[in-house]
Amino acid sequence: MLSRRIIPCLDVRDGKLTKGVKFKGNVDIGDPVEMARLYYEAGADELVFYDITASSDRRDIMIDVVRRTAEEIFIPFSVGGGIRTVEDMRAVLLAGAEKVSINSAAIRNPELIKQGALAFGSQCVVLGMDVLRVEKTEQIPSGYEMVIHGGRIRTGTDALWWAQEAERLGAGEICLNSIDADGTKDGYEMNLTYLISSSVGIPVIASGGAGSPEHIRAVLVEAKADAALIASITHYGEYTMGQIKEYLDQRGVKTRKAW
Amino acid sequence: MIAIIDYKAGNLVSVERAVRALGFGCQITRDPGRIKTAERVIFPGVGAAGSAMADLKRTGLDKVLKSVFKKGTPLLGICLGTQIILEFSDEDGGTECLGLLPGKVERFPANMSEAGQRLKVPHMGWNRISFVRDHPVFSGLDPEYEFYFVHSYFPAPSQDRHVIALTDYGLSFASIVAQDNLAAVQFHLEKSGRPGLKILKNFCEWDGKDA
Repeated sequence: MLSRRIIPCLDVRDGKLTKGVKFKGNVDIGDPVEMARLYYEAGADELVFYDITASSDRRDIMIDVVRRTAEEIFIPFSVGGGIRTVEDMRAVLLAGAEKVSINSAAIRNPELIKQGALAFGSQCVVLGMDVLRVEKTEQIPSGYEMVIHGGRIRTGTDALWWAQEAERLGAGEICLNSIDADGTKDGYEMNLTYLISSSVGIPVIASGGAGSPEHIRAVLVEAKADAALIASITHYGEYTMGQIKEYLDQRGVKTRKAW
Repeated sequence: MIAIIDYKAGNLVSVERAVRALGFGCQITRDPGRIKTAERVIFPGVGAAGSAMADLKRTGLDKVLKSVFKKGTPLLGICLGTQIILEFSDEDGGTECLGLLPGKVERFPANMSEAGQRLKVPHMGWNRISFVRDHPVFSGLDPEYEFYFVHSYFPAPSQDRHVIALTDYGLSFASIVAQDNLAAVQFHLEKSGRPGLKILKNFCEWDGKDA
């Protein structure tokens, strides 16, 4: 039986680790490669790097982070943020990442999903979704709207429609981030996660809002997420990976326990 | 020297890095001469069977692999590399494969479920393996260990004696197969943490005998 994955997310800016709350007021907290190695040792099942470097002429710094990480850790990791073309995807994969996550660029150019899947295989292509809860309208029947640029721009695209369209285009996995829950530590957006996870045939990683091991259990069991993204809950030592997995195990949620 | 076969099927760098991290020399190559003289050969792969087999045939690497297997060089298949060593794959409308091992490759059926939850395809993530037979390449592993899988198709060898370990995902499939100097895994041992590296190390020290 497949284990549920617990996936720490490392936000990186200019080659340094940060963690934002609602995408604002990020502060530097350290070396991403060192943090990745610590998580590898601690039993993380996979890692996500999210590059929030603003200027495109500094993107080589992220490629270097990916290369150094791949030399030290031997679990899958993905890289997202600022990936706009198949060539961007290729650079990240050749540097040693297992998967690339595309977000804003896929909304502007859905063909990018198809091109990436054809070039590297669907398993390499993760669709990152930043989702805002809105009033249900004719245009947004699910009541969840896709937003881009870290939540600053609303797109008028329905999140449920987009998840299914991305699967059709060849996305291999969805990383589903709730803008409403992100950084609150009040728990994942359960309705959104259940809605998307039960409507697509590809794995869904729930993101945004983890504040306790119980939040993780709830999103995996009740909202049917295939994996849970975490950040501040473990970044600052509040809980360890081991404590989270022990909590889940005691409640019948299978996780990877030996590494 | 360990040859990692380059047939344009996915990212081989992670396999190379894992071998080097263990302190063994290796080279990503598609040069028939180098592959034939290598002490060991790793046959990795991510992608689809159809295009991978087309590339192997076009470059003549299909024949090189068959000769390397015949002459007893220790050979390790990983993921798609493992599927391609069987005779036939259902992928891409049906693909004739290398046939180093009798059997075929099948797709996970749609609408599998377990404990009331729909099982998604691909089978992606960490899962256990249970051994049905001992093998030197897979010795010294804790039964609690899990390995990282990403696949929609699985090996179905026609003879039970070639099955080393099974994994459950809706059904029970052969996650490790072996015959003579060939050992092959469906999971990505290069992405399976220390347990994966342990298998890789065993292979890098293996004499190619299965007992």
